[in-house]
Amino acid sequence: MGAIDLANKLRQRFDGLAEPSEFRGEVTLVLNDAEQIEPVCRYARDQLKFDFLVDITSVDNDEETPRFTIVYHLYGLEHHCLLRLKTSVAEEVSELPTVSGIWRTADWHEREIYDMMGVRFRDHPDLRRIIMWEGYPFFPLRKDFPLAGKHSEIPEVAFTEPAPMEGGPFATSPGEQDSMSAEPRVKTPDEEDE
Amino acid sequence: MQGNTANTKTEVGYNTKIEGDVIVTRADAVLNWFRKNSLWPMPMGLACCAIELMAAGNSRFDISRFGSEVMRFSPRQSDVMIVAGTVTYKMALALKRIYDQMAEPKWVIAMGACASTGGMYRSYAVLQGVDRIVPVDIYVAGCPPRPEALLDGLMRLQDKVSKEPTIENQKRVAA
Repeated sequence: MGAIDLANKLRQRFDGLAEPSEFRGEVTLVLNDAEQIEPVCRYARDQLKFDFLVDITSVDNDEETPRFTIVYHLYGLEHHCLLRLKTSVAEEVSELPTVSGIWRTADWHEREIYDMMGVRFRDHPDLRRIIMWEGYPFFPLRKDFPLAGKHSEIPEVAFTEPAPMEGGPFATSPGEQDSMSAEPRVKTPDEEDE
Repeated sequence: MQGNTANTKTEVGYNTKIEGDVIVTRADAVLNWFRKNSLWPMPMGLACCAIELMAAGNSRFDISRFGSEVMRFSPRQSDVMIVAGTVTYKMALALKRIYDQMAEPKWVIAMGACASTGGMYRSYAVLQGVDRIVPVDIYVAGCPPRPEALLDGLMRLQDKVSKEPTIENQKRVAA
């Protein structure tokens, strides 16, 4: 039984799951209602033997709505199938149920998403920042956060300053004629349009 | 006095046949001579530069030739903080605290591009040069610098130490 069959089983069991799509042998399943993520994941682990949560990541869709996409990668160590679960969260909500009660490893993944993207996980046992320090006022992986960073200061804890970009950001141009033109150079948005 | 006349200010000229067991020198010179040949490092290893720092301690490069083999993980016992690696803002305050805990006299070597300027990390998370929080004496270029480069930086720091007006500094602190 392949990942696509397992995805179809999951789809039969729950409403609100879109048709699974396959790309380069990887199966993606979109869950419309983020509130359902907990029962869907529990069923996937208990009945479909997805016993290993590989990763949880988040995507900021910037101007589009809903703004955030949360991506779960599920793997079964017995059947060796990988399933990608996607669900969306609106910026006004910015909250969805935790799956840390299903896979304990989700604890830190969810903390990282909270730290970097500002999406909260309801009923998480310990939802603190994991990389930045407690009290840092921004969410650095959001699209509207500048690459150079922003000024912030908490006395006796930490401070930040915007980094000097020296005309950057510097970007490589893979596929150029020679290595000189492929080297990292200052690329402003105007130049790219030309 | 015998010996190197060009460096009479700091070098100790000594000839047993003439002077017996007596050495005549300046207090500054002898104190600096003690100091520069026992610069015990506080290894502030934060990234890949720390690997080169460790290599500098191994037998091939042998930092003990310069009296700096005693890596002290206690700031109270160290003289020179070698900041080897990327200093994030989260680490910056810990680094500052360790520097503050080091006893005077103390020096700082910023080893590698990251410690000197932030290096390739033009980022929200990385301190853009450790000289923004502690005074740096020697900057070592490289990403990471080879152990030879670190040893060269150490020798330059020794030169700097040997020229310091130690007694004047002591008087100034006492005043």
